Amino acid sequence: MTAFSALLGRELKLAFRAGGEAMVLVLFFVMVGVIVPFAIGPDRPMLTRLSPGIVWIAAFLSTLLGLDRLFRADDEDGSLTLLRHSVLPLEAIVLGKLIAHWLVTAVPLLLATPILALLLNMSMDQLARTALALLIGTPALTAFGALGAAVTVGLRRGGLVAPVLILPLAIPVMIFGVGMLDPVAGGGATLFLLALSLVVTAFSPFLAALALRAAGE
Amino acid sequence: MSATATKQPNWFSRLAHPGHFLNWTRFLVWPLAVATAISFAVGLWFAFLNSPEDYQMGDMVRVMYVHVPNAWLSQFVYGVMFAAALGSLVWRHPLADVANKAAAPLGAAFTALALYTGALWGRPTWGTFWEWDGRMTSTLVLLLIYLGIIALWRAFDDQIKAGRIVAIVTLIGGINIPIIKFSVDWWNTLHQPASVFTADGPRMPASLLTPLLVMMLAFTLLGVLLGLIRMRTEILRRRADSMSRQAAIGAAR
Repeated sequence: MTAFSALLGRELKLAFRAGGEAMVLVLFFVMVGVIVPFAIGPDRPMLTRLSPGIVWIAAFLSTLLGLDRLFRADDEDGSLTLLRHSVLPLEAIVLGKLIAHWLVTAVPLLLATPILALLLNMSMDQLARTALALLIGTPALTAFGALGAAVTVGLRRGGLVAPVLILPLAIPVMIFGVGMLDPVAGGGATLFLLALSLVVTAFSPFLAALALRAAGE
Repeated sequence: MSATATKQPNWFSRLAHPGHFLNWTRFLVWPLAVATAISFAVGLWFAFLNSPEDYQMGDMVRVMYVHVPNAWLSQFVYGVMFAAALGSLVWRHPLADVANKAAAPLGAAFTALALYTGALWGRPTWGTFWEWDGRMTSTLVLLLIYLGIIALWRAFDDQIKAGRIVAIVTLIGGINIPIIKFSVDWWNTLHQPASVFTADGPRMPASLLTPLLVMMLAFTLLGVLLGLIRMRTEILRRRADSMSRQAAIGAAR
């Protein structure tokens, strides 16, 4: 357990002290919401109607595009090899990195959602439901993104391959996430999204570790 | 390893050994090609000349004879790739990698053809090329998955390593496809009532079913034939690669 918390601490320290990539991700998230009104017009009722979808697209893109470097930085400087030979199984290491990454990217994203809500003329009810949906759904997005990152870790020229692979697979997350705002079917969507999030988060460390081992051979 | 290496391998390992595979499939390509051609000839004769018009759709019903086989193959090929992925991961068999690599573009092509013929069929019968219907949407997502897998194959320089990685992605996609299908159906009923698709209508009479089955056989044979040829080509390409590498080592000495 101490090894696991040490890993978590390392990841969090790296995220906060070096690079500040998490902040850039939040900035990207807000910017997607900012440019959409320029594309579709500043009509407030229309923005209200579209706002949950826009927030989800922004979250989708910033989470999945930002995960490309989850393992690559560690692979390039060799620390991934060290981690593979540590006391923890590789699956636990992937899970630790997932949790740390979720904390430094998804939580700021959730905190930034009210800004988008303000810009997109969201109602209070919409904001609450969208924030809840993001809270439930972002672990699944992070887990899917980790799969994409693990699969493309050894690629020197594969920057866009991971999102292209993972975006179609992650479509159910968006369907149920946006579906949570439906007054009739929202309850069912919440349960489906919870189930999906749990299943994907449970399986992805194993599959990602399998891919990392295959890449490291 | 040395103890098992001396043992005579079972019939399956002998058939699946890449060198043996090249040998025994050599005599399979031409008969398969002839069988494919014959079943296409029979199927097309049935489809164009010896099947009735539909009482609602008229001649447009004949699109079915290309659309349904392609739609069937779009899923069948993924099933083959899924089995090959298990072969790659469990037995680390090189032929399984080759099968996956050979099948991916075929699957993408069949899926694209299914969507294309579906659009051609949809325009006169429903009045639109595209509808966000559950089945069409999940077929489109399947096409995107195929294209992603092809992109991943192409992104790797080392094809041995690519084989295992792509196998993992194929497994993830295979587990995920039912989830996508379910979620898309759920989403579709949420957004719109199922008005575009009426129920399947009258059960299909034999006069339509016979040409359909023959065409499905023909397309399946075509898929197997093309897959076999692609696998042979890939094995030969890998062999040529390793030969040129060995020649380079020999030249360096």
